[in-house]
Amino acid sequence: MILKKFNIENKKARDLIPQAITVLALLSVIIYFATNAQINMGNRGISFGFGFLNQEASFDITFSMIEYDGSHSYGRAFLVGLLNTILVSAIGIFFATIMGVIVGISRLSDNYLIAKVAEWYVEIFRNIPLILQIFFWYFAALRALPLPENGISFYDISFLTIKGWYVPKFIWTNFNIFLLSVIAAFIAIYFINSYATKQREQFGKQIPTTIISLTTLILIPLITFLFLGVSLTFEYPVLKQLSPTVFTYAGGVSIIPELIALALALSMYTATFIAENVRAGILGVGKGQKEAAASIGLNKNQILKLVVMPQALRIIIPPTTNQYLNLTKNSSLAAAIAYPDIVLVFAGTALMQTGRAIEIISITMLTYLTLSISISIFMNWYNKKMAIKEK
Amino acid sequence: MIKSIKTWILIGFASLLLVACGQGGGGAGSKKSKTLDNTKKAGFVKCGVSQGLPGFSNADASGNWSGIDVDVCRAVAAAVLGDADKVKYTPLSAKERFTALTSGEIDVLARNTTWTLSRDADIGLTFVGVNFYDGQGFMVRKNSGINSVNDFKNGISACTNTGTTTELNMRDFFNSKNISYEPIAFEKADEVVQAYDAGRCDTYTTDKSGLAAQRTKMSNPDEHKVLPETISKEPLGPVVRQGDAVWEDIVRWSLNTMIEAEEYGVNSSNASSLKDSENPAIKRLVGSEGELGAAFGLDNDWSLRIIEQVGNYGESYKKHIADTGILPNRGPNQLWTKGGILYVPPAR
Repeated sequence: MILKKFNIENKKARDLIPQAITVLALLSVIIYFATNAQINMGNRGISFGFGFLNQEASFDITFSMIEYDGSHSYGRAFLVGLLNTILVSAIGIFFATIMGVIVGISRLSDNYLIAKVAEWYVEIFRNIPLILQIFFWYFAALRALPLPENGISFYDISFLTIKGWYVPKFIWTNFNIFLLSVIAAFIAIYFINSYATKQREQFGKQIPTTIISLTTLILIPLITFLFLGVSLTFEYPVLKQLSPTVFTYAGGVSIIPELIALALALSMYTATFIAENVRAGILGVGKGQKEAAASIGLNKNQILKLVVMPQALRIIIPPTTNQYLNLTKNSSLAAAIAYPDIVLVFAGTALMQTGRAIEIISITMLTYLTLSISISIFMNWYNKKMAIKEK
Repeated sequence: MIKSIKTWILIGFASLLLVACGQGGGGAGSKKSKTLDNTKKAGFVKCGVSQGLPGFSNADASGNWSGIDVDVCRAVAAAVLGDADKVKYTPLSAKERFTALTSGEIDVLARNTTWTLSRDADIGLTFVGVNFYDGQGFMVRKNSGINSVNDFKNGISACTNTGTTTELNMRDFFNSKNISYEPIAFEKADEVVQAYDAGRCDTYTTDKSGLAAQRTKMSNPDEHKVLPETISKEPLGPVVRQGDAVWEDIVRWSLNTMIEAEEYGVNSSNASSLKDSENPAIKRLVGSEGELGAAFGLDNDWSLRIIEQVGNYGESYKKHIADTGILPNRGPNQLWTKGGILYVPPAR
């Protein structure tokens, strides 16, 4: 009896034991490394701990989305760097996607010129190392920009100079009410759309949702301006003289050239890969699908929008996720051109000032890991949403 | 890309070394020096230098390093191995330098490094002396009309290197003057120079010696000038790992020997002829009196070799800093007997 019982359990055990051993081995390796590191650091007189995160950082950062100056802590400096990394990645992903889709579709264009230009763009930009492109945009292209006193002016409200792009600053009163109204508008649009879908599916009634949605989005926030005391004024950048030949702009918001160069380089580079994914996705949709769509009288744009793209997306999304992850990680090259991302601020300056290499490098690696996994999770969710739904 | 990857690999590798290697490290307190033994076994001194700072540590077209920081490593090699050329140089960024030293990638760090309390006490390093007294200054364009730091106004943009004390001094300075400024910090000095040269920033701030050296790299050096004010104390000196007292002493006294030799007028050409000098201090320097080398396990000619092969501090300064036009005037880096602040304990 006992033997039999053992045998039954053995089946489960056969699955479990190797896994348990692997976990144990992994754990012991980690523990071994950790203790060893501790002993070695002890011998070399290096202490380990995260207390430094609360200490005063005492260095300033060019550009920060939250309030920061040197009197804040290293922890705060970390946050500044993290937000800057997220900012440049988000901008990069946004433009890379738009450009990637346009270029990808252009490559399949019947127009010889458009197709060739798109092809050349892809071949050139994906075959030059990214760091060189970053240097190109920063040191070569932006260097051609004029000094502030000769800044390129856009209707005198915005100026492009070598020191950055100065744009008007938005000054809101009762911004919270405005924000709430925008959220309310989106909720309203969601309900309008689901109502319209129901109407179409049940009664075949077409409701012009695009126009209704747009009107809602404009109308509801407009009401807050007219009746709820929301107002918006602009603070324009003005040329300011610092010395006989040194000028800058005061007021307004400065978009630093480091951010422009990095975002440009990242999106131009990544767009080429996304373009190839888009092209592959579109070519991957069976020819019969297009012919069938054409036979029921859809025009070219409708075929692309209603028939080809929804199917192509299933092919495009997974490899594009990889490109988003690459872009995020590539943003760490920012340090080369002084864009204050997490690597420059935290794994650079903060590491130097505190000398806490192991702590800071671990935190930085974990941060990138977390960022990448978040993007993966989101894209997997989106991929599932786009997958074929059996009805 | 190369640069970034190198940094990461180095830091990663250094961290790994700390993580993975056995329980080596320096046995503090004993007379034996692990670093000395390893250096003798390897046959060269592992020296960390800058990535190119004229006058301090700079490689020529064929890869030969020279400069007053390089001379510290050469002095150590002459003392320990008998040949000043037996040095392996590792160029390091400001960010990499301390990790490279604590992990054992290098044994002496001679890379225009400022001696501060937190660096000395906190991160497993020991500063052994000062081979250059520097101070932070500002460089501006000559035509800017800025003649003093008092001419700086709100909104000025300042370029500098990341990971250095200059970043901190800059903040202290602008805060004390109540001036809002835009700090732009690059990883490499070359990029700072390029950005400043292009007009991205109005002023470039770093150690004054560095400013003088970098000015020579600008597209038109005559268009720039260094402001007279010095905003900080920057005593630059060689650094060793904490925990190997003997090695620490060797590096400290190799540097001190060079300065002491200048004080007593001993130089590379007359050193060997001074063996029978009447002055006992000179005789100790050239090894004909006393047994000073034995204190750290070296022979008695260790200091003679330093003077003969590397020269005294004055020769080194003249060759690398003065004659190259970087800082012809020695300023505080003059002997205490001649109005400077170079003053080393007696070698006896």
